[in-house]
Amino acid sequence: MLQNPAQPAVSLKRKRHRKLSDDTPWAIAMLLPNIVGFLMFMVVPIFATLYFSFTEYDLILAPKFVGLENYIELFHDKIIGITLRNTFVFTLITVPIGMAFSLLLAVFLDQKLAMRRFYRAAYFLPSVTSMVAVAIVWQWLYNPEFGLINYFLSLVGIKGPNWLSSSSTSLLSLAIVSIWKGAGYNMMLFLAGLQGISTSYYEASELDGANKWKQFIHITLPMLSPTTFFIFVMSIISSFQVFDTVMLMTSGGPGRSSSVLVHYLYQSAFQFFSMGYACAIAYLLFFIVLTITVLNMRFEKHIKEIF
Amino acid sequence: MTRRTKRIITHSIAHLFLIIGAVTMLLPFIWMITTSLKTISEVFVMPPKFFGARLVWENYLKISSRFNYFGYFMNSIKVSVWVVFFQLWTSAMAGFVFARLHFRFRDKLFLLYLATMMVPMQVIIIPNFLQMRIYGLVNTLWSLMIPPMVSAFGTFLLRQFFLTVPRDLDEAAKIDGCTPFGTFFKILLPMAGSTLATLGIFCFMYIWNDYFTPLIYISNAKRYTLPLGLAAMKGMYSTDWPVLMAATCISVLPVLIAFFLAQDAFVKGVMLSGMKE
Repeated sequence: MLQNPAQPAVSLKRKRHRKLSDDTPWAIAMLLPNIVGFLMFMVVPIFATLYFSFTEYDLILAPKFVGLENYIELFHDKIIGITLRNTFVFTLITVPIGMAFSLLLAVFLDQKLAMRRFYRAAYFLPSVTSMVAVAIVWQWLYNPEFGLINYFLSLVGIKGPNWLSSSSTSLLSLAIVSIWKGAGYNMMLFLAGLQGISTSYYEASELDGANKWKQFIHITLPMLSPTTFFIFVMSIISSFQVFDTVMLMTSGGPGRSSSVLVHYLYQSAFQFFSMGYACAIAYLLFFIVLTITVLNMRFEKHIKEIF
Repeated sequence: MTRRTKRIITHSIAHLFLIIGAVTMLLPFIWMITTSLKTISEVFVMPPKFFGARLVWENYLKISSRFNYFGYFMNSIKVSVWVVFFQLWTSAMAGFVFARLHFRFRDKLFLLYLATMMVPMQVIIIPNFLQMRIYGLVNTLWSLMIPPMVSAFGTFLLRQFFLTVPRDLDEAAKIDGCTPFGTFFKILLPMAGSTLATLGIFCFMYIWNDYFTPLIYISNAKRYTLPLGLAAMKGMYSTDWPVLMAATCISVLPVLIAFFLAQDAFVKGVMLSGMKE
């Protein structure tokens, strides 16, 4: 680009413009590997799933456009009802209990204690362990005759149930494993939230004669609410996506007693080969997750307006 | 009550509770290890005993005689190392571009990356499977190695890190005639060590433990990764608990070692994943 000394203002403007756009070739070159993968394996599939959800496709014959048929079937399919109900129940058990448990651990751990690192590591250990390993160990713990859990129950005079192989306890058993596995992770998030609360609040309330419990109710809980809310939303979303636990420990059984939405999605796609229908289930899941996220954003805004 | 005794009491209560918590969390692991060192007959006894008559280390030797355990292990290593390397590389480069270079649609494009992070992976898995089928990669390790080479979360993480680095450094490099790639490679990348470590550990843990993806892509036992192999083993030898537990112990080991070596990076990773929203 030629520079004309007679028009300094324009040339300066041009120069800045050139400097800005100079980066483009480099940006393209350096972004290329990332963006190719991103488009191919993330962006395009999102729309492809939507497209396939309007088709009938069994992997053999070409996809056939069927309009809204899959979505209409979703409403009439009894199994969808059952799996949705199981997913809700699973969420209802795991989210509140899991959060209460991890909050409790975090509150106790948020002090200058000996062995802090040990505790933290112990609680976090299940989170880094593979679900397959966890499933194997817990299946053995749940063994009705020789398992450790029923042995402990027998010590206090309770005859333990058949856990995984009874349709009345299978979902509960999976929820317990899920709580155990996720507690450390949420505890860590709570711990970060707790450390963000300034100690001056506690010091001031101590002068006013507040005890630990009052401090917890009137300082810790309100100050922690953004963290709590975040964990709440993330826990709901992830419990709606539960699959590994179910597939590995009960395969949704006995009957359909522990089958959840993603398990049915997996079966529809890779066992019954109804790809189109599975895609419709995937969009149902997407819709639910999106709704939770949007409600969360609305609610958060609402809360901010109140305070 | 003096302040001191009061503190001792509250600390004791805290310790008591924390120990109960730790036992709850660790007992399944301890049970896994001790079961792996018993004979079959010692496993099926009531009341259960923590240890058998002696430690049966042979259980660990039996694993590979029944299953191609070493093969699964190597498959898992191969996939994890590959994915971690490429995911770090593509994330770092893209993170740098989004943080430092100027071009049209940059912020809109980045918003697209953020938006996809909210999409459940089950939503994209079917088209990805169909894609891999077209390329003839189903039932090969490539189907596990190619898609996760790029990660929106990793890109986001690295961008956030590069934004915290003062610009003076790369301005200076630019004046010295460094190209953007040179600035990235020689100046910014070496500073990103801890963020890369965090992302790397999380990525490794995710890929190493992943069960869903290989379950969908891989049906040939030769190409099983460890989780898939273990799950198959569970189905076939569900009564030989000691050997199964021995196999499980070994499968958990790499992530456990990584965790203990880099506990702080893990903790940081959890915090960063909390930023995802």
